[in-house]
Amino acid sequence: MARTNPARNISNSSRIISLSLLGFLILILLGVPLFASSYVCWIIGNVLILILFAAGFNLLFGYSGLLSFGHAGFYAVGAYVCAKMLMTIPSLPLALAAGVFAAGLVSVVIGFFCIRHTRIYFAMLTLSFGMMIHSIIWKWRAVTGGDDGLVNVPVAPLRVPGLLSIDLGRAENYYYFLLTLVILGIALLWRLVHSPLGLVFQGIRDSETRVAFCGLSIQKYRLIVFTISGLYAGLSGALIIPLIKAADPGMAHWTFSAEPVLACLLGGAHTFAGPVVGAILLYVIKELIIRFTEHWSLILGVAVILLVLIFRGGIVSVLEKGLLPRLIGFFERGVKVDRSPGS
Amino acid sequence: MLKGGVSLDFSTILYQGLVGLNLAMYLWLIAAGLTIAFGVLGVLNFAHGSLYMLGAYFAFSLYGAWKLNFWLAIFLAAALVGVVGLIMERFFFKYIYKLDEAYQLILTFGFVLVFSDVVKIAWGGVFTIPPLPDIFKGTVGILGRPFPVYNLFIISAGIIVAIVIWVLLERGWWGKMVRATASDREMASAMGINIATIFTSVFVFAAALAGLGGALSTPVRVVDPGVGTAVIIQAFVITVIGGLGNLKGAFVGALIVGLVSAYGILLFPGVELFLIYVIMALVLLIKPKGLLGG
Repeated sequence: MARTNPARNISNSSRIISLSLLGFLILILLGVPLFASSYVCWIIGNVLILILFAAGFNLLFGYSGLLSFGHAGFYAVGAYVCAKMLMTIPSLPLALAAGVFAAGLVSVVIGFFCIRHTRIYFAMLTLSFGMMIHSIIWKWRAVTGGDDGLVNVPVAPLRVPGLLSIDLGRAENYYYFLLTLVILGIALLWRLVHSPLGLVFQGIRDSETRVAFCGLSIQKYRLIVFTISGLYAGLSGALIIPLIKAADPGMAHWTFSAEPVLACLLGGAHTFAGPVVGAILLYVIKELIIRFTEHWSLILGVAVILLVLIFRGGIVSVLEKGLLPRLIGFFERGVKVDRSPGS
Repeated sequence: MLKGGVSLDFSTILYQGLVGLNLAMYLWLIAAGLTIAFGVLGVLNFAHGSLYMLGAYFAFSLYGAWKLNFWLAIFLAAALVGVVGLIMERFFFKYIYKLDEAYQLILTFGFVLVFSDVVKIAWGGVFTIPPLPDIFKGTVGILGRPFPVYNLFIISAGIIVAIVIWVLLERGWWGKMVRATASDREMASAMGINIATIFTSVFVFAAALAGLGGALSTPVRVVDPGVGTAVIIQAFVITVIGGLGNLKGAFVGALIVGLVSAYGILLFPGVELFLIYVIMALVLLIKPKGLLGG
């Protein structure tokens, strides 16, 4: 039976809706420091960093089909190098760049070993190597401060000689700096996912053999995607330093590696917006739990178990399949929306 | 003479080897259960280290606080962890066998979070190590050095467990069914094997092994809520070195990690933790599927 393609209608209208939602969201985010306290800025800053971390992670997990449990390691490398730099040279751009570069370097080396395997083996390897970073941070007391971590990290002002000098120690100022970088990072990721390179990643996820038959080196592309997600983790870790002004070994622990995984699963790993929504949800859930009980780990664990048993697929895909078509139907009366099950 | 003034004579090498062997046996008990459960059920259980921790806590209460007979306490602790495993498999794992691995791993991670808080609520506080049972008190002289009797007991217990596992899996009707299920679920099911029961019994067995390891550690090692996540990493390194899903590999891997840790402390103090990862990376380079992996 020849059917008009409802998917195209949906994708066109959903793009308009998504874009206007996105614009609205950015406007709100830009306005936050004007009407909210610096504490709110601080919280949203934390969420933004988790979003960046999860979105970069999803390039590896959702788009390339590789589940890493070691990205906290790269996050920690970014954070510690950035903190160390800030303690010696007061320049934030330099510190951020150093943090990201170091994280990238470490992820190339670790990636080299890990990408030889996929699936469960890959998860175990990344977990083990991530914990290697943790044990180095824990033991190398002279440089990392051991279990005390690095505290009282100074925040350098953002200076362009002769042009401007912004005090990033103020939560509001740093918030804008952070927001800009996170939006840029996400936009770059969006561009990447929709580029030929992004298609190769998805191709490898869906059928390794076919991509290999196209003459592409699977291992090379796996290493590329691993490194990119490692860079994002490093950037996220570096960006948290001016916010919390400290680095601790817990950043590298594998239980923290589970956060981006949870964010992706909560939001939906096979969508671009999934990890973004998931990161927000995860943060809100954790904050709520911490507020009501000290046993956040128990409640979060139960929530995770229920999530897997009952609520799979993530929020975003539920919205896309159920809510968005209805919204579109509401906005475009006259255009028939295919709501048959399974479409 | 080495850095730090350690003289490396024969008795030191032997002594440190025994220390490593002792450590290896705890690791073996954890890695064995992890490997068996993975080999049959196909689920990598992040919470396996937490089961080891539960075994230690149970034994602490039974033996340390309620002063039960040592052997009875060890047996009951392992059996109780088996019951926990039964609940996990029957009510949770059962539903995830067909799911994507990511969901399986995350579900077991949920259990890690739950267990680490449950033990805080149930036991809390700082722990004292209960005294050793009388028969294990004291040391034996090995080349003129005192070596604790209990450590010798642990080494022999680990070897006995290895033999018991081998007999159970290779020589009995249960082992036959387990091996059949591991190699082809559908075929085994067609031959009249109740897969669900096999899965449950295997998981309970694996959990009890981890519980036994934890229980045996009670009189010598302090347990805290972080133990579960710490030992699972070592178990992972072991399975990567030995080969995923390979029991002999798990034994060899445990020996390597135990010995490397013991000699590492002696020769490269401070970086001994780092050393086992170097070994893991080397094994990956030379034999990506592990030393005994096919």
